[in-house]
Amino acid sequence: MRIGIVCPYSWDVPGGVQFHIRDLAEHLIGLGHRVSVLAPADDDTPLPGYVVSAGRAVPVPYNGSVARLNFGFLSAARVRRWLHDGAFDVIHIHEPASPSLGLLSCWAAQGPIVATFHTSNPRSRAMIAAYPILQPALEKISARIAVSEYARRTLVEHLGGDAVVIPNGVDVDFFAKAEPKPQWQGETIGFIGRIDEPRKGLPTLMRALPKILAARPETRLLVAGRGDEEEAVDGLPESMRERVEFLGMVSDEDKARMLRSVDLYVAPNTGGESFGIILVEAMSAGAPVLASDLDAFRQVLDGGAAGELFPVEDAEALATSAVRLLGDRERLAELRELGSRHVRRFDWSTVGAEILSVYEMVTDGAASVAPDERTGLRARLRL
Amino acid sequence: MTFTLIWIAAALVLLGIYLSWTAGRLDRLHARIDAARAALDAQLLRRASVAQELATSGILDPAASIVLYQTAHAARQAEDEQREVAESDLSQTLRAVFAEPDTVQAVREAPGGPEAVGELTAAVRRTPMARRFHNDAVRAARALRRQRAVRWFRLAGHAPFPLAFEMDDEPPQALTADGASR
Repeated sequence: MRIGIVCPYSWDVPGGVQFHIRDLAEHLIGLGHRVSVLAPADDDTPLPGYVVSAGRAVPVPYNGSVARLNFGFLSAARVRRWLHDGAFDVIHIHEPASPSLGLLSCWAAQGPIVATFHTSNPRSRAMIAAYPILQPALEKISARIAVSEYARRTLVEHLGGDAVVIPNGVDVDFFAKAEPKPQWQGETIGFIGRIDEPRKGLPTLMRALPKILAARPETRLLVAGRGDEEEAVDGLPESMRERVEFLGMVSDEDKARMLRSVDLYVAPNTGGESFGIILVEAMSAGAPVLASDLDAFRQVLDGGAAGELFPVEDAEALATSAVRLLGDRERLAELRELGSRHVRRFDWSTVGAEILSVYEMVTDGAASVAPDERTGLRARLRL
Repeated sequence: MTFTLIWIAAALVLLGIYLSWTAGRLDRLHARIDAARAALDAQLLRRASVAQELATSGILDPAASIVLYQTAHAARQAEDEQREVAESDLSQTLRAVFAEPDTVQAVREAPGGPEAVGELTAAVRRTPMARRFHNDAVRAARALRRQRAVRWFRLAGHAPFPLAFEMDDEPPQALTADGASR
């Protein structure tokens, strides 16, 4: 099958959606499909063979932060050329509602279109205002995918219609077979995420740490992610700061090894998560998970059966649960077992097959994707 | 005077462009519904066929076989008006027959069993997907057809007002990706 995938965010900036697209593309290529990914990228960044650059993304203020987006005539022209050259059986657009490549391709293409909605933003005024513009583009999508039940709910509330839920994929064996590192073992708690992004919840964990250390002084906290390390430990008493170890940005291999090594993985996020891929990775590596009770996390943890949950931003509850778990080897072993079994559902073999069956369903008997000639005013007036 | 005429002409041209564009949208939506409906029919038929095959395979106990055969047969033969009910009955029967993970395991151990279980798992997963895609297209078309311009200028022509396909398509827990890992 010839598959075109549209990535809305810069290929050279690491991010959940980009990783998902990279893994999906490589999985599909591994199965023998022809895949081309259209992504924003600087013209001089080295790209894998299957990625086509749609030009540089421009930073503009959007939705409360600075987003790097693609628009304008040049991008639109590149989208059309990519569609024309690719002669795809199906195109898979990620984040079609964001004012970037996703929306441009939706506008410019006709034929079988599959779209995945990743984010679950609260309803914004801009979205309501943009609805009449979005609707004609979005109604071309034959099949909508949401990455979680939570993302699906936001989609239904904001844009109407419906979507099937297919979770993000993880290469489970990559994490399950990683080699633990001895210096990261021995009563360690793991945390992965940007240090200076409060929504990742490190401050909550720092507030809980004194109580955990009081009960279990041997505990160490491993923090992987970039940000200001001094500032992060600011609230801790001097004597406890040495119990926190900063690993900085880690490679994929080191991330897997760290998750294999720790006794407990803590995800204290306070919001803004629509899926929670890191929990799946932790469970793949066999790390027992203690996560804040966000909708998305609850769902990934099978309603709390495959990992433990604590109330969001409740440092007290986090400390109590962590102390209890670290002292209960049996429960930890049980969580490892439950997590490893539950996580098979997120393996690329399962997720990839589901995405492929969506492709098959929309392409059955349909013509291939082509540039939509009707969008040009000249074409419409038959000039 | 000429000015007014030019304005009227311009307004008419704009209206014409808008109407032609909307008609194009509607046309595309109707095509999408047709494709989605064909895909849904194909999935439903596939599901009923696999169920019927399993019912006649002799792997299941006789009582389950008869019940499954009958509902699968009814689903395949149903007229359009009874289709939703017959397909819902089949979903319900499949849930009852495959309520126990042991039954799935028994089928899997029979010769040709793994393929049959694989096909049934795919069919009960794809049916709700196909139905959601279909109903999503129907909803979009209905929203557009309710617009005043579409009704006044009869842009929809003689195309029948699209109807959603409502049925119970809950798969047996033991045959879902979530259930299989339990």
